[in-house]
Amino acid sequence: MKVRDTIEKFMNGLFFVCGMVSIAMVVLITAYMVVSGLPAIIEIGPIEFLFGTEWASTAADPKYGILPFILASVYGTFGACLIGVPVGLMTAIFLSKIAGKKTAGVVRTAVELLSGIPSVVYGLVGAIILVPLIMNLFELKNGTCLLAAILVLAVMILPSIISVSETALSAVPPEYEEGSLALGATEMETYFKVSLPAARSGVAAGIVLGIGRAVGEAMAVMMVAGNVANMPSLFSSVTFLTTAIAKEMSYSSGLQRQALYSIGLILFLFIMIINTVMGRLLKKGDGDKK
Amino acid sequence: MKRISALVLALMMVLSLAACGSSTDSTADTTESSTESSTEETDTTEEEADAVEEEADTAEEADAAEEEADVVEEETDTTETNVDLSGTVSTNGSTSMEKVMSILIEAFEEQYPDVTVTYDATGSGAGITAATEGSADIGLASRNLKDEETGLTAYVVAIDGIAVIINPSNGVEDLTLEQIAGLFNGTITNWSEVGGEDMEVAVIGREAGSGTRDGFESVVGVEDECVYDQELTSTGSVITAVAQNQYAIGYASLSEAAEDDSVKVISVDGVEATEETVKDGSYAIQRNFNMVVSDSATLSDAAQAFLDFCLSPEVADYIAQAGAIQP
Repeated sequence: MKVRDTIEKFMNGLFFVCGMVSIAMVVLITAYMVVSGLPAIIEIGPIEFLFGTEWASTAADPKYGILPFILASVYGTFGACLIGVPVGLMTAIFLSKIAGKKTAGVVRTAVELLSGIPSVVYGLVGAIILVPLIMNLFELKNGTCLLAAILVLAVMILPSIISVSETALSAVPPEYEEGSLALGATEMETYFKVSLPAARSGVAAGIVLGIGRAVGEAMAVMMVAGNVANMPSLFSSVTFLTTAIAKEMSYSSGLQRQALYSIGLILFLFIMIINTVMGRLLKKGDGDKK
Repeated sequence: MKRISALVLALMMVLSLAACGSSTDSTADTTESSTESSTEETDTTEEEADAVEEEADTAEEADAAEEEADVVEEETDTTETNVDLSGTVSTNGSTSMEKVMSILIEAFEEQYPDVTVTYDATGSGAGITAATEGSADIGLASRNLKDEETGLTAYVVAIDGIAVIINPSNGVEDLTLEQIAGLFNGTITNWSEVGGEDMEVAVIGREAGSGTRDGFESVVGVEDECVYDQELTSTGSVITAVAQNQYAIGYASLSEAAEDDSVKVISVDGVEATEETVKDGSYAIQRNFNMVVSDSATLSDAAQAFLDFCLSPEVADYIAQAGAIQP
């Protein structure tokens, strides 16, 4: 008995420590981001930093306005959702309602593979195939642009949207659909007007998860977006919040480096907001089921 | 049962962590002993060449290889490793020289294990100030001294040649410095203006803070006015991007661009970009990497040794590895 008790206590302690590690990491990272990110924001001035339209960190008269980055990230994510969400949702409906077991299995495996592909590979394929394609298709002198980033991100967020939405759609009680069908609605009417609304919180969570991935993605975007600090437009070379940090970090110094930390802080806030929203949605989903 | 298996798993984790540590040690040990035991002279020299080559290939070569090189060096040439000298050498200055400096410092510290060389990347101006004020032993400047910066001596450690590259399908062969400036700052937007086909110009460069960008822009005189279509983070990606885009013009360190057939290196003001034309100063887009020493201060033995080391012909390979050319 005594040995068992000791083991029990030891394991309890171990699990407690493991649990604490992740909490400690979150607290540590948050504290670090705030401590290292705030000084530059204060030095530059929050208004000028957040709403300045010009970023020239190494110029003789340096400018640290990150509005181009914020807008590029927002537009890029929005654009990716515009393409990714409909495709993802249709796939999810197809998987959970329409497809036969065999087809669904194949599609599901493909989606899982898609989520396992490293972002650098997405970037590579985008840079080698997509960028020249856009260049030739739209007769541009330069193919790296916001559109390329949007297309790559749209594919990258598909797996999160599909898998979470599919789970939510499959969890819709069959009575709802049976009831709808019995009342004379067609299958499509049932899926779009009954199943989808019933699964809306799960679907929303999937979309938010996708948004989170799109906002946080650096590598793939860096390889296809051109990375110039332009105010974003569809066919111009743009810099996202993530790529602004990644591209300049290695040789940065002084205020430039501090400003990069500040961009990190802003990005961190973005992700925090997205995560909080997702947490809310998921909780609401649980409430619905009860 | 579950608890026991969990405990076993936890133990295994701890053990495997411990095992990782000791296994690296033991591999290092065995390499060392095996090198020491080799007696044939020819073998050792061969190994030395191998080891040096390996080191040159990748900066992140395993510790084992480094140790191997050390041991071999000790055996063949005992005078090379100098343990008498100790102390700290502080260098401060140009961010562009980071690559050259890190390779030189690594090589130097290998020969003088008791000397520590520090490098603060602050910028050429700050480096020259530091040398003047004596806050650093050696100042680093990626530009030549100005007339008003007196009381200092600059030693050229390396020359950084920057090649202007275009897509091979582009017919342009030669540009003047003014044309290059115009292409990069957006005053020339069509290749027909510089004798090429009637097509737009896509400007591809490096990210802010990059030494190559800083070097190119300062030599060509387009600092902070370049209108880029792409800012990429490595020489390799600039070359790839230019190779893929028939409208493109870009720049890259000469040593890497010259080796790559996928892009065309154009001549500037009629001078072809080669190691020779950079060395004799006829190729325009180049700059010196200087080590600046105050005339009034006496260098410590360690600092003098480091300066001599950096200027000695034996470091030519290291400098080439960093993409520059020894004068």
